[in-house]
Amino acid sequence: MLKRVYVWEFPVRLTHWINVLGIASLSITGYYIGNPFVHAVSTDQYIMGWMRFIHFVAAYLFAVSFLIRIYWSLAGNKYASWRVFNPFSAGKFKELKEITKFYLFMKKEPPTGVGHTACATYVYLGLFILFIVEILTGFALYSQSHVGFLWKLMGGWMLSLFSAQTLRLYHHLIMWLIIAFSIAHVYIGWLLDRAERSGIMSSIFSGYKTVEEE
Amino acid sequence: MQDDNLFAGLSRRGVSRRDFMKFCTAMAATLALPSSFVSQIAEALEKKQKPYLVWLEYQDCAGDTEALLRANKPTVAEIVLDILSVDYHETIMAAAGKQAEKSLMDVVKNHKGKYFVVVEGSIPLKDGGVYCCVGGKAAIDIAKEVCGNALATIAVGTCAAYGGLPAANPNPTGAVGVKEAVGGTVVNLPGCPVNVENITATIVHYLTFGSLPTLDGLGRPYFGFGKRIHDNCERRAHFDAGQFVRKWGDEGHRLGWCLYEMGCKGPAAYQNCPTMKYNEKTSWPVQAGHGCIGCATPNFWDTMTPFYKRLPKVPGFGVETTADKIGLGIAAAAAAGVAAHAIASSTKKKESEEK
Ligand code: HEM
Ligand code: SF4
Repeated sequence: MLKRVYVWEFPVRLTHWINVLGIASLSITGYYIGNPFVHAVSTDQYIMGWMRFIHFVAAYLFAVSFLIRIYWSLAGNKYASWRVFNPFSAGKFKELKEITKFYLFMKKEPPTGVGHTACATYVYLGLFILFIVEILTGFALYSQSHVGFLWKLMGGWMLSLFSAQTLRLYHHLIMWLIIAFSIAHVYIGWLLDRAERSGIMSSIFSGYKTVEEE
Repeated sequence: MQDDNLFAGLSRRGVSRRDFMKFCTAMAATLALPSSFVSQIAEALEKKQKPYLVWLEYQDCAGDTEALLRANKPTVAEIVLDILSVDYHETIMAAAGKQAEKSLMDVVKNHKGKYFVVVEGSIPLKDGGVYCCVGGKAAIDIAKEVCGNALATIAVGTCAAYGGLPAANPNPTGAVGVKEAVGGTVVNLPGCPVNVENITATIVHYLTFGSLPTLDGLGRPYFGFGKRIHDNCERRAHFDAGQFVRKWGDEGHRLGWCLYEMGCKGPAAYQNCPTMKYNEKTSWPVQAGHGCIGCATPNFWDTMTPFYKRLPKVPGFGVETTADKIGLGIAAAAAAGVAAHAIASSTKKKESEEK
């Protein structure tokens, strides 16, 4: 018997899509800030100004979305829980071996499971760390033009540990790591969607997956 | 003429009252004080005794001394040199040898706790400080004695403030800034070179209010280092618009566009250059068409380089390998990996269907 399971609750889907929009707009505007590829023809234009404005609005959205997701890892269902991301939880390594075998064509079927695969939980944990560093370095740079306690707290304190140029460099490099992740992420979603036939791709819109009843 | 008040000395040298008031007004502006303070400053300078001052020079290029001597409008130069009763200055004093060293020790002995020390250049600590000696004594030993007995120490230039160039990687002499070397009350006036107006303003502040100016976390007075170059830069409108110099001497460079893409570090640098400028307000690097190199930042030689590129080099890679090249490489590798996997999985699928 097939059964529909509610896996991704609304806050999980919401933050996922804010992340998608956020990362896309932050990467485009961020890349422009780092390397202004279009030049204005007149001083009346405001291209860099708008790019920075959009970057900062998206940055706030992205940061808030991240906080909501953290909250939901405490309040949400078992698929959203922080426990899923515990890298040392029992049976993790075995699961990781299974899914890796599938990716390397050593096994035809992916391991069964409703939530994230073991591989995904490791990668997401790394991704969350990248997000944190990106947000902290971003607000540290932001605190150079926005002087105040709040921004000092949100990242400005990093400036007493690292030089502003170092923070800029890592802020810039992490963008590429996030882009690389996104490419692999979309592909693997599609791959598992075909292999599992549980409707992964539609689950991030609807929240439901279709799985075999035990 | 140590007992003279400042203005008496100046008028003897032919500085008019008007010039004097202009100077006081400029000082009020530098200290970000409203014009109502001008008379207070004038009064203080007229009534107070000139402070004793000694100038020590260690691992440096004498650029700060040069900056002091380049105060080229005669009246201001006179005012500067007259406000400060410079009793010892290795580069410009007439005395030499034992006699000179004695005059330094005389100030320390006779005016304990009442004189300013200006230090220019970093102090080496490695191997007992042997890499910089004056009159057979290590810089660190002299500085400990002279700064330790002073009213306050003013570290001028980035070397004295934070170690500067001598302290740049690999720092062969173990150079550090004065505060780190001897502690105590130190006002840092970094910059390469220091802006003389900031030295004068610091002392005028002391004479007027009896206290040193408020300092930030890096020991720099807010009046001189509280604002970001990029936020006060005359080319900022071009930054916001999106008009950038891309090559030295190109159309944008001739039109005075923003130097961001040429590696300007104004967005990460703090000093009053855009308003104070250098050499009697003649110009400053960005006005002259060269990006800011963040020279007033601790470790700028290590952290603000390459000066003509926006981002530092990625650790472990060559100078020409930019962050974007590496990043693009990583993203391309992900795409290639995905493509290879997709091709492999479709051939596998076909194989199994054929079976
Ligand atoms: C996925 C997230 C993000 C990406 C991909 C991203 C990307 C970038 C990139 C590539 C740059 C140019 C760096 C350079 O070469 O100088 C940049 C600049 C910047 N980003 Fe982000 N960023 C992200 C999130 C944030 C966040 C959360 C903040 C927080 C406020 C932020 C604030 C800034 C600031 C202040 C700058 C410098 C702008 C300037 O100096 O004009 N970014 N970003
Ligand atoms: S020239 Fe430098 S300091 Fe001036 S606006 Fe451009 S980047 Fe900022």
